[in-house]
Formats: sequence, C-alpha cells, structure tokens
Amino acid sequence: MARKLEHWILLLAAGLTLLAGLFLTFKMYAAGQPLLATVCLATLGLATYIYSTGRAYAFRYLFPGLLAVVVFVLFPLAYTFTIGFTNYSSKNLLSPERAKQYFLDETYVVDGESYAFTLHSDGAAYRIRLENENGDVFVTDALALKQATPLSVPAHRLEAAEAPLSVPADTKTLIQNLKVLKLVSVTLPSGLVASASGLREFAPVRKLYQPLANGELKNQQDGSIIKPNFKTGFYETAAGEPLQPGFKVGIGWANFKRIFTDSSFSEPFLRIFGWTVVFAGLTVLFAFSVGIVLAVLMSWEALRFRKLYSIFLFLPYAVPAFISILVFKGLFSENAGEINLILQSLFGIKPNWFTDPFLAKVMILIVNTWLGFPYMMLLSMGLIKAIPADLYEASAIAGAGPFTNFFKITLPLIVKPITPLLIAAFAFNFNNFVLIALLTNGRPDFLDTAVPAGTTDLLVSYTYRIAFQDSGQDFGLAAAISTVVFLMVAFLSIINLRLTKVNQTETR
Amino acid sequence: MAVVLDKSHRWRVVAAHLGLICFIALIMFPFLMILLISLRPGNFSTGDLIPSQISLEHWKLVLGIPYQAADGRLVEPEFPVLLWLWNSIKVAALSGLIGLLLSTTCAYAFARMRFVFKAQLINSLMLVQMFPTVLALVAIYAIFDQIGGYVPWLGLDTHGGLILAYTGGIALHIWTIKGYFDTIPVEIEEAAKVDGATPFQAFRYVLLPMAVPILMVVFLLAFIQGVNEYPIASVLLKQQDQLTIAVGIKMFLYEQKYFWGDFAAAAILSGLPISIVFLLAQRWMTSGLTAGGVKG
Repeated sequence: MARKLEHWILLLAAGLTLLAGLFLTFKMYAAGQPLLATVCLATLGLATYIYSTGRAYAFRYLFPGLLAVVVFVLFPLAYTFTIGFTNYSSKNLLSPERAKQYFLDETYVVDGESYAFTLHSDGAAYRIRLENENGDVFVTDALALKQATPLSVPAHRLEAAEAPLSVPADTKTLIQNLKVLKLVSVTLPSGLVASASGLREFAPVRKLYQPLANGELKNQQDGSIIKPNFKTGFYETAAGEPLQPGFKVGIGWANFKRIFTDSSFSEPFLRIFGWTVVFAGLTVLFAFSVGIVLAVLMSWEALRFRKLYSIFLFLPYAVPAFISILVFKGLFSENAGEINLILQSLFGIKPNWFTDPFLAKVMILIVNTWLGFPYMMLLSMGLIKAIPADLYEASAIAGAGPFTNFFKITLPLIVKPITPLLIAAFAFNFNNFVLIALLTNGRPDFLDTAVPAGTTDLLVSYTYRIAFQDSGQDFGLAAAISTVVFLMVAFLSIINLRLTKVNQTETR
Repeated sequence: MAVVLDKSHRWRVVAAHLGLICFIALIMFPFLMILLISLRPGNFSTGDLIPSQISLEHWKLVLGIPYQAADGRLVEPEFPVLLWLWNSIKVAALSGLIGLLLSTTCAYAFARMRFVFKAQLINSLMLVQMFPTVLALVAIYAIFDQIGGYVPWLGLDTHGGLILAYTGGIALHIWTIKGYFDTIPVEIEEAAKVDGATPFQAFRYVLLPMAVPILMVVFLLAFIQGVNEYPIASVLLKQQDQLTIAVGIKMFLYEQKYFWGDFAAAAILSGLPISIVFLLAQRWMTSGLTAGGVKG
C-alpha cells in the first residue's frame, strides 16, 4: 500500500516536472530563442524516453546527476570557448536583434506642436488631460501609475456630456509621478503619439529610425542611414562612426591575436604567466618541503605527543580558506597590522607588504605555504607509512644518520607516488583565484601597462578583472584567456594521468 | 623499532620537540591574534598586542546587538553577519542535499548496473572534476543571466541560482560513494531481489541503509564545499542581503572602511563551526571508510 502511494507521488512529481519544463520551453520560444527551446525540448524528450521505457533503466539513476554535470560544468566550459571567439563585452552586450530593436524603439520629439498637460486624480488612479493650442481636449482612462514600465494608452476627445475631471493635481504630485509619467505614451485620435516632454507639457514623438529592406535603418529626423557592421558589432553611420549600443558578433581569432601579438596585451599576459608559474611552483615546493619534514617527524616513533602535535599542525587546513586569507590580509596590513607592529618594535622596520611588488609576492607565498603544508604533510604521512621499516633498521646498522635516511630512503621512495599529487597541487595553485582575490586582488598594479594588470595577478584573477572589474568588462577577451589557461591545465592533467597510470602498472 | 640508539638520539628528540613547539607557536599565531583582536576595544591596533582591557563590543555588533560607545553614540551593526551565515548554511545545506541525491543515484548505477558507455562515462567524470570552475565564470554568469530571464528565482542574485550552480560539482562525490558501494557485497541485494524486490527497492531499502555513514560524510564535505565556495558566489550575488558569508565577510576589510575588530569577531563566529564540522567529517571519513572495508 505504501509502495503504491510512493509510486503515485513519484508519477505526479514527474508529470509536474514535465509540465514545468514544457512551460519553460514555450517561454523560451516566445522570447525568441528557438535554439534554446529546441535543446530544452530535446532534453525533456530524452528524459521522458528514459523514464518510460525499461530499456534505459540504468539511465533513470544517472540522468539527473549527469544532466547537472553537463549543464553546469561541461556546458559553461564549452560556452566559454565560444565566447572567446566573440566581442561580447559591456559595449557589445546585446544580440543583433535586440540592438536593432533598441534603435527602432528610439523616438524623437516633433517640433512645433505641443500639448498642455495636467494630471487629474480619479479615485486612487489618475487621468491624463492634454490640450492643444486650438483648445481641443483629450483625456485618457484612469491609470494606476504605480509601476515604472513603458505604457501605451489611447486618449479620446473629451465630450461635453462626460463627467468633468477633478481639479488638476499639484506640482508635488506631478514630480512624485514624473518617473512613471515619462514612460507613458498617449495615442491621440489622430494617430499621433505624444509623451511627456516636460513637467506640464506633452509633445508628439515619432520613431527615430525606420527599418529598410536590406537591414539598414533610416533616420527619420535627418534622413541619414545607419548600417549594421557584422565585423565590428556596431551600427555605423555613413562616415563609419560606431553607434552605441553595439551587438555581439563572432570575431574569429581576434581575441587570441590580441593576447599574443598586441604588445599592450601580450606583455602583461607574459609577465603574469611567468609569475603564475613561479607562484605555483614555489608554493608546491615550499608547502611540500615543510610538509614532508613534519611528516617525517610525525612518523618518528621515538617522539611523544605526536597525536597532539598533528592536531595542531592540521588546524590551518580545517579553517575555511576565505577566513584565514582575510585574517592574514589584516595581520599584514601596513599601518594597522599586528605583524608590522611586532617587526617595528623588534627591528624597527615596517615593510610595505601591499605596495611593494616583491614583498607582496613574498607575503603571498608565506600565506599560501601556511595554507598548503598540512595537506602535503597528510599525503606524505600516508606514503611514509607504506615504506617498510626494515629499510631504516638496515641503514641504522650501517650507521647512517637521519639526514642520510631522509635523502637516501624516504625521499626517493616517496617521489614517485607523490609526483602526480604534486602536479595536481601545481594545477590547483595555477588557478588559485581565491587566494589572490581575497589577499591582494592582484595589486600593486604594473605602472607601465596600457591595460590594468597587477604584479601579483595570476592568470585567472587577471581574467576575472578583465571580465568583471575594470572598465570595459571585456567578456570575450577574458574567455579567450580562460581558454588558453584551460588548455594549459588540460595539458597538466594529461601528464598527470599518464604518470598515475605508469605508477599503477609498476606496482601491479 | 629494534634499532641501536646512539648518544645523540636523546638530543635529537629534545630538539625535535623544541622545533615543533616553536613551529606550532608560529602556526597558531594568527588564530591567537584574531581572538585577542576580537576582544580588543576599537578597530585599530592600540600599540600593544595583548589588550589592556577586554571589550565585547565587536561580538555584540557581529551578533546584531547595537551598543553604546564611550562617547555616548549608539553604534549600529554595519553588516548583517548572522544573515550572511544563515544564507551560507541555507545554500550549502540545500546544495549538499541535492548533490547527495544526484550523486547517490549515479553512484548506484555505476556500481551495480551494466550499460553502454559505462567506462567512458565514469572516466570522463574523473576528467571533468579536474577543471577549475573559475575558468568558466564568464559563461556561468551569462547562463544565469539567461535563466533569470525565464525563471526569476533561479537567476542572478538569487540563492536558487547559486544552489543550482553548485549541483554541477558532484563528480568527486559520485566517485567517493561508488567506491563505498563497491565494498558492500552485492549478494545482500541479490538476496533481496530473489525475494521479489525491484532494483529500486534493493537500492532504497537494502543498500542505502548500509551506506548511511558515507552519505553523511559526503553531505558534510559537500556542505563545507558550499560554505567555502567563493568565486561563483562572488559573481552571482550582488545585493548585501543576499551574500553568503564567504563573499560578505571581506567587506569588513575595505581600505576606506576598515573594521578589523568586527572582522575578527565575525571570523571566529563563522570559522569555528565550519572548522569543527570539517574536523568531524575528516574523522568520520576515515572511520566510515574503514567500516566499509571491514564489511567487505
């Protein structure tokens, strides 16, 4: 009985999901996105197939999870690649259709004629009254004037038989409602459209542009013609002057060319790339060095309280990174920070951790070593456990000291299994966005570059800056750099997989 | 170890203890400082490290209680820390639950069923989780901008959207849970199937109850991941009331508005519970996995 109920509930939920999906598809189609709607419909069809036939039974379990991975991990990556080939940016944000619509919606005020405008309350609502120079009076129906959305309403000639309007609203009410009123366009019986041109005046407006058959737009006011340029993504005047807003078009390899050949981009790019490699390499080196020394100590049986020590040593790993990084940011702070306070009282120095490029890099490495060594220690401890103890006994009989043990036994035996993990750590730090974003935000900036770029920026934080922070919001360029970084990470991952496989076959 | 010990051995042990204690003192320095700073009156260092007087003003502000300053002014909390913490917990718990649901069912199929492209699928999942999401931030932003146009509560600046974005990161969880399912002998489920259970019933009533420890661990790890996630949240969330603690807490340390003491209290308030959950998860991780191993 309970199973029956569960069954029906599941069926109901599935039906509702399907309905919601269909509704969404329809909405997408209605919004002028046929491609998206098709993909959505195909997904729904696939889901219906999987959950209704017995043939794809295993996929009933896989479908939701795999869908999530595809939509929120794979698709964004693929989408990033395609954005890299477009000029998508805050200047070229709209689709060509939307940009065209923007121009078509533009209006201009026709000179000469105007209407005196008064607002009259009608219960909680308002009516607009317009009067021209000849004394013709037009009124609209009652309007709520609550939402600031574009509104088009008809007006009719005020007949003598109609009930008279209330007294005109005062200036204060007008000003209160001005924002909403500005968006109201009133269609007069003659077909003219008028909208607010001042606090007490309505003037007829006309559409500024008229579409021509070949996709060009004709300016009604001065007769000039603007053409869409699908290479640059702008509507251009006859003189070739681009008009805002631009639209999104494919521009081929232009972004990649900019990164590698335009010196104002390639120069900071190469410098940042260099620092990214140095940063990731040194971080792994330092964290691993500290980690393995501690791991050796923690595996030394003659040492008491090892358990207690290792809890303390593990703590930096347990605290959320976003908190410890900010704690360090405050402690290193040049004027108010406790680290400079100590250094000042001990040595009389006050290093500029955030304004000197070299010191900023030193600080970043200190912080990241602090964050990263417990993980390295944990890994090394596990690997040291696997080393047979008789090796150390033999070396002790031969009279070897701890250093010989470390360099001749421990390290050589650990290097091989830990190399893939170190490469993974390198790849992780190569993209360690959170550390840079929270600690220095890439600053101090280079003084000699045309585009804002930081001396401590990693490639990922540089991309983030280009995309979301500095003026321009050049999503296309950012996506192109992301693609380049992605290829580097993929390369590292392939090497890593190879190494892991080699290790596995050898141990077999 | 049956090793011959020479005279220098004792000194080495003492040196190791001393070295470790010094190192741990260095490592613990930030934690100690932040505790002292949270109890020190004012937002700027007074010149000495150990505060001469204890003040709870920062803790009051962080907990949302206004207090009266020395000059009689009423100091109101600048940022809604508790709300941010609640946002984080909400987003992380829901995304953890959804992620757990999706990854458990996937892991079951991968561990127990035969189907086409199985090896390719599980290997590509392994590859997928290697790629950092930071690289796709632009696309993620654009995608949620689009989604918001159709379903407002899943768009930019919503928690629904953020939760949805996090559900993609389940590849690692699938691997973990599958590894655990592999250690549970398949005979138990087969016995259930002989008794007439459908595959779903075998999964729901036989396998799942046995996998509770690993499900707990995966949920906790997903939860911590959700609380600690910064890049996606920083791109998707904008309004102050919507922020998660990971995005919000840095607002204490803007150069023009520098609330060092308040930050310290907020850091402890939010960092302590998360760290404890993490340590617990680590513990259960090892014990949960070994328990599975014993069963096999």
